[in-house]
Amino acid sequence: MHREKFIERLLLLLALSSVGSLALITIFIFLEGFPLILSVGVKDFILSSHWAPTKGHFGILAMIISSVFVTLGAMVIGVPLGLSCAIVLAEFSPKRLKMVLKPTLELLAGIPSVVYGFLGVIWLVPLIRNYLGGPGLSLLAGSIILGIMILPTVISISIDALSAVPDLYRDGSLALGATRWQTVRRVVLPAASSGIITAIILGMGRAIGETMAVIMVAGNALQIPTSLLDPVRTLTSNIALELGYAAGRHREALFATGIVLFIIIMILNLSATLVTRRR
Amino acid sequence: MLLALLGAGGCKSSSQTTSRPLCVAGSTSVQPFAEKLAEVYMHQHPGVRIDVQGGGSSAGIYAATHGAADLGASSRELLGEEKKLVEIAIAFDGIAVIIHPSNPLTTITLAEIKKIFSGAEANWSALGLPPHAIHLITREEGSGTREAFEHLVMGKQDITPAALVQDSNGSVREIVAGDPHAIGYISAGLVDNRVKALAIEGVLPTRENIKTHVYKLVRRFLFVARAAPTGPGKDFVDFILGPEGQKILETEGLVGVK
Repeated sequence: MHREKFIERLLLLLALSSVGSLALITIFIFLEGFPLILSVGVKDFILSSHWAPTKGHFGILAMIISSVFVTLGAMVIGVPLGLSCAIVLAEFSPKRLKMVLKPTLELLAGIPSVVYGFLGVIWLVPLIRNYLGGPGLSLLAGSIILGIMILPTVISISIDALSAVPDLYRDGSLALGATRWQTVRRVVLPAASSGIITAIILGMGRAIGETMAVIMVAGNALQIPTSLLDPVRTLTSNIALELGYAAGRHREALFATGIVLFIIIMILNLSATLVTRRR
Repeated sequence: MLLALLGAGGCKSSSQTTSRPLCVAGSTSVQPFAEKLAEVYMHQHPGVRIDVQGGGSSAGIYAATHGAADLGASSRELLGEEKKLVEIAIAFDGIAVIIHPSNPLTTITLAEIKKIFSGAEANWSALGLPPHAIHLITREEGSGTREAFEHLVMGKQDITPAALVQDSNGSVREIVAGDPHAIGYISAGLVDNRVKALAIEGVLPTRENIKTHVYKLVRRFLFVARAAPTGPGKDFVDFILGPEGQKILETEGLVGVK
């Protein structure tokens, strides 16, 4: 009995340690970055787009906007693709095909982001430069690469949501004379909607947090983009690009960038949790 | 991340050698050259071990200031408080302004570079070429190469925020090599035949021109330490500044100080 209790406690402790590391990371990022936000002023930090940290300008507006645009672009590309893929896999494909396709799609998630970035630089960027103009490294390139990278997240969570809809619903709908597509559109999708929304929100979190691939294909310029072909720098890129050489207030400013990113991702994850719980 | 950053700035001795290894840490621009020098030096002095690490100029200066490294490597000049450190210039490095080989331009003036990088001129037609938008490529804030470029070319003006930003000489070169309308700047030692280095005020960034400072864009590679190096540190520095060390740096694409 003693041994049983001991192991239980030990496992509890280990489980708590993951929460503990999250807490430590949070405290650390805030300790490092918050003083700078206070001294610059929240308004000047978030609403100015003049970023020249070695000369004392710490405005990250351009990066916040770029992060949002790149993420929205990734959604526009990734969500329709991912959702249709999930519908086909969950509703319209024979079991055997599904057994092959689903693990293949999950392999996509295992490809390191630097590989996506590299393919982007080698294939996508010259295509955009030659056929659409601009330097190629752009908001568009970032959106396309991220759109592909979020597919595994969107697809696998959507499939789970669709599979969780009881077959009774489908049978009832078909018995009333609906076609299979009508059944999917009018019955299965509405029933699975909270799971699908969760899939989309988690996909967004993945897109906004991705760093390496975006640094490689988005061009990292410090402006607010005015076209899809403009190069952009996201919040994550800013941190990873400059941390290597940063010191003093510059480094604090990068941690402060991290705080903003942290808050955005927290909001996304919380809303995903809320959406799932509500139903 | 902080731990990784600080860790990059110092060396931990884990080996079984009799004496403590000499630790050189800092600028990623200096690192490959320092590694080469250390390799040759250790080959000649089997009892000595030298650890060379990257981390960036600021990290190297920080490590030297706090004693985490015996020698900090910096590709930028010391600033403010940092000037208390002892600095030893080991080599000169030219900064080459590069374009795609298909671009007919061969020479450019400092004033033109400044106009282009400040964003005042955004079209190649300003330089008498067929009109097309200029694709500017710069380095990230905090990079030693960027700092030297800003200091030598830009003066008080800022590089336009519309410029593409890359975080290494290699990726700047990669982009310029692939884009006929691009212009960027990299360490002169890293120019290869996939890109074309422009003459500045009619002077090409050749070894001779960099050494004599006839070429305008030249920066120093520094070793910094809390106090004048002694013992193995001094021997290593003497080796680098001696004929053999300087020759190695020259072979590797830099320009010696002696």
